[in-house]
Amino acid sequence: MAKALHRLANPARFLRIASPLLPWIAAGAAVCGGLGLWFGLVGSPPDYQQGDAARIMYVHVPAAWNALAGYAGLAVASAIALVWRHPLALVAARCIAPIGACFTVIAIATGSIWGHPMWGTWWVWDARLTSVVVLLFLYLGYIALLHAFDEQETGERAATVLALIGAVNLPVIKFSVDWWNTLHQPASILRFGGPSIDPAMLLPLMLMAGGFTLLFAYLVIIRMQTELARRRVMALRRAALAVSQPGDA
Amino acid sequence: MTFVRAVVERDLKLYMRGVVDLIGVWMFFGIAIAMLPLSIGPDPDILSRIAPGAAWAIALLASMLSLERVFAPDQLDGSLDLLLLHAPSAHVLVLAKGFAHWLVTGLPFVVLAPVAAIALGMELRGVLPLAGALLIGTPALSLIGTVGAALTAPLRRGGILAALIVLPQTIPVLIFGTAAVSETLMGRDSSAYFSVLGAFTLAALALAPYAGNAALRAVRS
Repeated sequence: MAKALHRLANPARFLRIASPLLPWIAAGAAVCGGLGLWFGLVGSPPDYQQGDAARIMYVHVPAAWNALAGYAGLAVASAIALVWRHPLALVAARCIAPIGACFTVIAIATGSIWGHPMWGTWWVWDARLTSVVVLLFLYLGYIALLHAFDEQETGERAATVLALIGAVNLPVIKFSVDWWNTLHQPASILRFGGPSIDPAMLLPLMLMAGGFTLLFAYLVIIRMQTELARRRVMALRRAALAVSQPGDA
Repeated sequence: MTFVRAVVERDLKLYMRGVVDLIGVWMFFGIAIAMLPLSIGPDPDILSRIAPGAAWAIALLASMLSLERVFAPDQLDGSLDLLLLHAPSAHVLVLAKGFAHWLVTGLPFVVLAPVAAIALGMELRGVLPLAGALLIGTPALSLIGTVGAALTAPLRRGGILAALIVLPQTIPVLIFGTAAVSETLMGRDSSAYFSVLGAFTLAALALAPYAGNAALRAVRS
């Protein structure tokens, strides 16, 4: 595993593997998302209680899953960067963060839109909602620290440490928020779902989850490609400067 | 041990040199408590109900105000290099820095707790639990804050950023600190909340040195 990781540390090798995969990932995201949308909007029955409003679930739930998985990915990439000084893991982490934050915002926004007709309010301080907001704060803190330093590398290393602190603390925060929520009994709200979910709804949900995950991967790889290209341009510029002004280099 | 004492004494001396800033932090705590009835209204029922949470939230915010002074000045004038050179390990330095920070922006809130309780119309039997919860919980805030300060040490204006990245990490302390006080006020057994609060402080005590060490290494090289 470590060996495979080290092989990927070479940006050129990473690009050689990732770039040909990219169209396939894009196609997979489009097919999964398209099928998922069709099954979700047309091919599945409306919820017996919530009617057609429940269909926003097919966007909301995959976005929330990916928001969480994105933070897990951020933490794993950060750990790899810290332990093995893996340069590409640093790039991956910084590219995951804004996309994860976006998916978190999508999850919160769609949840809010879903909540308004169902609960009669845009927002309740429910345990899950609160946890997702905290997740957004963790993402934003990471991004803020990443860009706070003059030297890009310093910011990356600092943010790496912060991501790991957040990953260790996140279960504790989640546990505390759950506890807090049961302590302050909230007004009774209509909860989604029963003990199980109908297969007709599960199929589009899974398709959409796959589509969202592939989209996430697609965006991350695109960002990584861009970031690597940008670094190359910077390095070339610096080299050109060193040639034209040998005294300063 | 002598190193810890030397660092704490030095930090306290430096804090006292800029005592106006410190008094500002303590005053912020008092003024923020006083602003609350002005914005929420003088209704004693509402005020006494939110008093534990308000006191905790304001103590948390106030303890973020001086994070800028934990590592940044030492980083700026180079004394952080010397401190790290003489420290048995960076972990010890982080602990000492956290302790000094707690002495000036944790302990004072424990002392000010009765004032906050009376100002917010809390029942007097809540004063001791509030002070106790602050005493048990604020060290965790200072320790987590010290890690945030380490992560922002080389920044010119790192204070706000430090608060921004530290605040979400302190949610568990805030929740259980408030719960410990309000459960006591409601006449229920709150010993579990105090225990969990103590557990957070002990966990911070165990983990913050490692996180702080990693943070210092990350930003200074």
